Amino acid sequence: MAGLANNRALAARTGMVEKRGIGRVFTHLGLILGIAVICFPIWVTLVASTVTQQEITHPPLPLIPGSHAWENYSRALGHGIVTPVWRMLLNSTVMALGITVGKIVISLMSAFAIVYFRFPFRMLCFWLIFITLMLPVEVRILPTYEVVANFGMLNTYAGLILPLIASATATFLFRQFFLTVPDELTEAARMDGAGPMRFFWDILLPLSRTNIAALFVILFIYGWNQYLWPLLITTKPEMNTIVMGIKHMMPTGDDFVEWPVVMATAILAMLPPVLVVVLMQRLFVKGLVETEK
Amino acid sequence: MDKRVTFRHRLLPWLLLAPQLAVTALFFLWPAAEAVWQSAFLPDPWGTKAIFVGFDNFTFLFGDPNYRESFAVTAIFSFSVAALSMGLALALAVGADRVIKGSGLYRNLLVWPYAVAPAIAGVLWLFMFNPSIGLVAYYLKALGYNWNHVLHGGEAMTLVVIAAAWKQISYNFLFFLAGLQAIPRSLIEAAAIDGAGAGRRFWTIIFPLLSPTTFFLLVVNVVYAFFDTFGIIHIVTGGGPQRDTTTLVYKVFSDGYEGQDLGSSAAQSVILLVVVGILTVIQFRWVERRVHY
Repeated sequence: MAGLANNRALAARTGMVEKRGIGRVFTHLGLILGIAVICFPIWVTLVASTVTQQEITHPPLPLIPGSHAWENYSRALGHGIVTPVWRMLLNSTVMALGITVGKIVISLMSAFAIVYFRFPFRMLCFWLIFITLMLPVEVRILPTYEVVANFGMLNTYAGLILPLIASATATFLFRQFFLTVPDELTEAARMDGAGPMRFFWDILLPLSRTNIAALFVILFIYGWNQYLWPLLITTKPEMNTIVMGIKHMMPTGDDFVEWPVVMATAILAMLPPVLVVVLMQRLFVKGLVETEK
Repeated sequence: MDKRVTFRHRLLPWLLLAPQLAVTALFFLWPAAEAVWQSAFLPDPWGTKAIFVGFDNFTFLFGDPNYRESFAVTAIFSFSVAALSMGLALALAVGADRVIKGSGLYRNLLVWPYAVAPAIAGVLWLFMFNPSIGLVAYYLKALGYNWNHVLHGGEAMTLVVIAAAWKQISYNFLFFLAGLQAIPRSLIEAAAIDGAGAGRRFWTIIFPLLSPTTFFLLVVNVVYAFFDTFGIIHIVTGGGPQRDTTTLVYKVFSDGYEGQDLGSSAAQSVILLVVVGILTVIQFRWVERRVHY
């Protein structure tokens, strides 16, 4: 990576391929235009969350933020429309963290078992787990709903979390990573008399730190952004998550929609995952590009 | 691909695997089996019990013009999303790869839409294109175009495609940028010395060398458009007008959950399962070719 960067800096200095003058200006202009278009919807939402209902229902919407931000956000958080938004934020946080931590823990354990042990039916277990890679929750919603209902887990955090940690992606990634860990480390640990769990805690886990962190970002976003599953199993408003709860705030048809509050909620729903991505960007990009390749 | 050095233990691997196997069995294998089972039944006219009908649900589906239509809708939707989002992302990545100063900043500004939930992306675009209050709809009207996606199927499709493609641009951008940066500089410089212009260099060297990335992204984008866009469609159009934006996954939901036709919904799940299986095999063959243990 660093070598590449040097190469291109060199190429830039020698001016072999890089555009100069007017070409470079156009490249920058194009990029800025592209970014402006991509950021525009967010800007509009931000503005809409700071104006009054009247300003929205009498288009066009101004492009400068208004002065009603406090009013709209406090109304959304404290009161909301169906459910107070603080409650939905709490539910989303519990669900997202539950899914993230749950997936990472059970995947670390199962990947460790599959890579570092020989036991009967190992390959069968491997395939049983990896077959789940194939089927997103969207496809098996109704039968899964029945199973969860049979367990009496509707409107519970367990019902929100457990069916979504049945995915093999994380296990697959940890398996890939464990396979690259040199055997010498295992041999050395064994020679020093360390048992499997000791090896797992003291050697494997510290080595996996970067992967765990990268996966954390990706899984947190995955968990936070769930829509269909919470929509099905949370029939009580106080269990709604923010991403699906926003649907209940916008009645269909020509009914009255409190747009400033809805838009404030949209901003609040975007904030946590966007913050996670922006703050942990280096890890996230590395995790995304390297693990999925 | 197996470890040379392993641990020996009879019980431990099973304990480590237990949570993942339990979750997989309960929330994946059982529901999937149930879907296959249910797909062979029809509720009797009084809704008291289910009648075994064998493959009738499947033969009915394939004879049903609505179902064939939703296949067509899914195909148009997926390929439009993939083409639009990958095209824009490639253009931006080529630009960001070309500039030396500020490419990090551009990446920062382009990364975050990845974190926005599809459902929230739907809310943002719905707000901008809302026929009575939306900013874009307002200016389209000023230009003499009467935008109303609630009534016109083509406009509804355009809107969900834009919202879905918007959210996916960051992901495609990151992969294209990584792919571009992995292309040896010397190749491009050699072509430049031979007198190939920028456009020629792009189409004869860069684009062919990017083809593995492009192919990978194509599969990922199609899978995304199939399964992860439910929230966008549910919020923006609700599958309408008529059935113009009812994709296969949306139909599983609307027939099963809203229409209570469990047999047909289950049969559709089984068909989707096969579709996902095929897509996964394609994706895996690609991964296997690329990953070196």
